[in-house]
Amino acid sequence: MDDSERADSFYARVAAGGKVEADDWMPDPYRAAILKFVEMHANSELMGVLPEREWILRAPTLRRKLALTSKVQDEVGHAQLLYRVAEDLGKPREQMLQDLLDGKTKFHNVFHYPTESWADVGIIAWLVDAAAIVSQQALRDSSYAPYARTMKKICWEESVHIMHGRDVVLTLMNGTDRQRALVQNALDRWWGPLMQMHGPPTDPARDKDLLWRIKSKGNEQLRQEFLSIYVPRIRELGLRIPDPELRYDDGAGRWHYSEPDWDELRSVVTGHGPRSQERLEFRRVNRALTQWVRDAIIGRAAAAA
Amino acid sequence: MTDSVWEVFRQEDEGDAMTHAGSVRAPDAELALHYAREFYGRRQESTRLWVVPREAINELDDPDWLKPPFDRSYKRPGGYLIKHKLEAAKARAEESP
Ligand SMILES: [Fe+2]
Ligand SMILES: [Fe+2]
Repeated sequence: MDDSERADSFYARVAAGGKVEADDWMPDPYRAAILKFVEMHANSELMGVLPEREWILRAPTLRRKLALTSKVQDEVGHAQLLYRVAEDLGKPREQMLQDLLDGKTKFHNVFHYPTESWADVGIIAWLVDAAAIVSQQALRDSSYAPYARTMKKICWEESVHIMHGRDVVLTLMNGTDRQRALVQNALDRWWGPLMQMHGPPTDPARDKDLLWRIKSKGNEQLRQEFLSIYVPRIRELGLRIPDPELRYDDGAGRWHYSEPDWDELRSVVTGHGPRSQERLEFRRVNRALTQWVRDAIIGRAAAAA
Repeated sequence: MTDSVWEVFRQEDEGDAMTHAGSVRAPDAELALHYAREFYGRRQESTRLWVVPREAINELDDPDWLKPPFDRSYKRPGGYLIKHKLEAAKARAEESP
């Protein structure tokens, strides 16, 4: 079998639901696609803790502080697990971190925005994590088995984050008018980025990530699933979703909504969001400040060898 | 970089089988166990962890050996369909005591 026949039979196998392990032969385009996908996911977990981290010191109770710290630890842990998966595809972790800090690789749009009140912590943990879990659940079927397995563990932990976020939101919604207004205000600011988060609809016949079953559901399908579950849960609290066009179209069997601002999405993920550069700079400084830890660990191993 | 990859196995409850959980990168076994504890045991979800250097694992995944195309049903309980034979045998036992 020559390489192109080998590749054809590989693609036929993954399209039919076959699974790929790290040491299996795979065509270069598949390897590049899965690496790019997992690396972007890892970057997003790592950068995603920064908005929430800003609130650890300001959490209103000790229990909230513990829960938020634990969530931040989980998300950094997700980044570590995912960089591990990505490393086995051939790109060293140090290179991935460097590319992230140099702005050569991306992270999810929602982590480029500021947080303005404690209600943002609730809205992020509830709805940003919910939008993420909808796509992560679909990734448990990924053709790349090490990624799919990691996603099972991650989804299990994400379900705790969503409960934590929903609990924060419910507590505020049962509070004073001012607290309720904070939640509404946070939702008003986060709704646009949430609607952009899954990305513009793609043509399923041309989306390689779908054809190769790196992911099993398209962008629009994920957004529709998110809306079906969460619009009723948001509205039952008396919150107003800031989109006059949003309604379920019974005839079409889908949610109708105002076109998300795809220009904003493109600009934000390429490093032009309101907090993109500040957050990357935080990571750069942090990396320099913690270099001694890595040196000590490597030094210890070198001394033992 | 002197880090290497360690495969992590975890036991959920006492007496359960050790199952593969994932992997960590660490310079030695002691740190590998610390990382494994953080990733696979911080929610009290494990009673025991193993870390094994990845190079220590010998793999066999050759289908000619593991999934040969011969009928191996005689090796499994489901390979023996006894329902009708049992009925027939019982019927005969009643006919001729
Ligand atoms: Fe996460
Ligand atoms: Fe999360």
